[in-house]
Amino acid sequence: MNKPGYFGQWGGAFIPEVLYETFKELREIFEKAQQDPAFWQEYANLMSSYSCRPTPLTHAENLSRHFGGAQIYIKREDLNHTGAHKANNVMGQGLLVKKMGKKRVIAETGAGQHGVATATMAAKFGFDCTIYMGEEDVHRQRPNVFWMEKLGATVVPVTTGSKTLKDAINEAFRDWVANMDTTHYVMGTVCGPHPFPAMVAWFQSIIGLEAREQIMTAFGRMPSRVYACVGGGSNAMGIFQGFLDDGEVELIGVEAGGKGINTGQHAARLASKDASPGVAQGYKTMFLQDNDGQMLDTHSVAAGLDYIGVSPLLTDLWEKGRVRFEAATDQEVMAALDLTIKKEGIIPALESTHAFVQAFKEAGSLPADQAIIINQSGRGDKDIFTIAHAFNDPSWKEFIRSKGEEYAS
Amino acid sequence: MLLNEKIKAARAKKDILLMTHLVIGYPSLDDNRKTIKQMVENGVDIIELQIPFSEPMADGPMIIKANQEAIAKGIKVRQCLDFAAEMTSTYDIPFLFMTYYNILYKYGVAEFLAKAKEIGITGFIVPDLPPEEGAEYLGLTHELGLFPIQIFAPTSSDGRMKTLAGHGGGFIYCVARRGVTGSRTNFDQSFDDYLARCRKATDLPLAVGFGISCKDDVDILTGKADIAVIGTATIKLVEEKGVEAVGSFIAGLR
Repeated sequence: MNKPGYFGQWGGAFIPEVLYETFKELREIFEKAQQDPAFWQEYANLMSSYSCRPTPLTHAENLSRHFGGAQIYIKREDLNHTGAHKANNVMGQGLLVKKMGKKRVIAETGAGQHGVATATMAAKFGFDCTIYMGEEDVHRQRPNVFWMEKLGATVVPVTTGSKTLKDAINEAFRDWVANMDTTHYVMGTVCGPHPFPAMVAWFQSIIGLEAREQIMTAFGRMPSRVYACVGGGSNAMGIFQGFLDDGEVELIGVEAGGKGINTGQHAARLASKDASPGVAQGYKTMFLQDNDGQMLDTHSVAAGLDYIGVSPLLTDLWEKGRVRFEAATDQEVMAALDLTIKKEGIIPALESTHAFVQAFKEAGSLPADQAIIINQSGRGDKDIFTIAHAFNDPSWKEFIRSKGEEYAS
Repeated sequence: MLLNEKIKAARAKKDILLMTHLVIGYPSLDDNRKTIKQMVENGVDIIELQIPFSEPMADGPMIIKANQEAIAKGIKVRQCLDFAAEMTSTYDIPFLFMTYYNILYKYGVAEFLAKAKEIGITGFIVPDLPPEEGAEYLGLTHELGLFPIQIFAPTSSDGRMKTLAGHGGGFIYCVARRGVTGSRTNFDQSFDDYLARCRKATDLPLAVGFGISCKDDVDILTGKADIAVIGTATIKLVEEKGVEAVGSFIAGLR
């Protein structure tokens, strides 16, 4: 029997004493919710009326034909309210916050999708909201910053450390240790101290539950492979949970290969040989760290994947050989994004596109009577600045120049 | 003599003891050396040496900066151990390591503790290692005659304090308030109630830290706690006025 909060040898709750009682309350309220079918029903109703659940499973016929192999299906988490799977977790935690009677929520965000989802939930439920976001990410995800502020949240740019997701998590914890009496920390991914990994995985499991049923309806049998991008791992855990018990379904997590996994400039914890076991940000997993245990700088074109650690659930599944890990480079991501937009009229987020890259590499080698599913965790609209820049788009540049002149005058 | 006995013996002569803190490698090892010399010469009773970590979750802006800059300048754990060995052989007061668990974990918990014992370190403060996760650490420290300092917080229940005290040794570090290191603490009635709860939960000496920055703060703690912990205040002082200012600051605290 595992220690509570452990998945194999990974996970745990390495928390400062000041948060002991807070975590105890959170564990209790989460366990109660898990055992209460009415809670899940309330959650599912909320997600179908306020968000767009069940999200569709789209048969990407043009892409399937293009690669001439397996039938490619796309799980459309981009069609959730606020444009990503993040809403699933956030609305679920929002219901728990109401039960705990807290009035303020805080969150970290990388790509800004979790921040926007949290600010949206706070607006709907009437909570105060503060979002911590690495200064570097504030710059690369400006549209999301704008929407968070419009939704009434305070966005705090984090200037410590590498100024990305891990530093935003540290700052959110620093806020929480001061304000835990009134405040809930809406952890955005299946990482951090127990019960967060289990809790976020539970809310995200709605993706896999739907996808399993949908592929059976659309295709008549299980898919051969399921692909998901992995930053912290919440969308991957979400869809994988629908297929974990089906040994014939291969599960593939795709990490950020950045400039290449041999360059040191990436965020591939499990697909590269650069990570090692460690304990940080409240949990034990494989971290990109040096021999002293200092965390390394990571790199990805996708802010939401640019992170040092990975879900303890996924590390366990990786160690047990249940999930295979691959990496997609920034360059491969831009090419796959372009192809998906042109062929299907679908714009995946840069994060999600990592999963497309690996699926595209493998689809052609599978027979046409097999199916694969790609989890499109979010939409790419938020990435307009990054994508336009990467494509070196001349008319976009001209537009920005003229807007700049307009504001300067 | 055991650390708690040492503290009790020292308390027979002084109304309150002083524990100071610094981050190894910030601003530099040489500045650390000079700072510690002034601290000891001016009567500091215990010194906490923080081994820098890239993710200092429980620390406030000043100590975050110190951690980050020490690492950026290239400080390694090995150098921290060498430096600590030099300090323990130079001065006859207890030195503790304060750091986050990953530093021990990555070094190897058993190897780290054995090394600490060998170089004369007395105990450890590891803020992100609750006893539930620290079975190996707690077992080995007790075995080696080292002191795993446990932390009380204002949010700890009476029962929780008893549990923590049962795992601890040397003294208890009572965090004065919610929040991170470095900002002010209000010493109001609820603070007194909290300290009274701490006192009731354990016979170990009590240290109070977080937001203790001047003589007034130390005076308030005198008679209520055994040890006043000065952390951020000296790091800030060194940054603003240089290491030369440390001696008179410490001398003026009680």
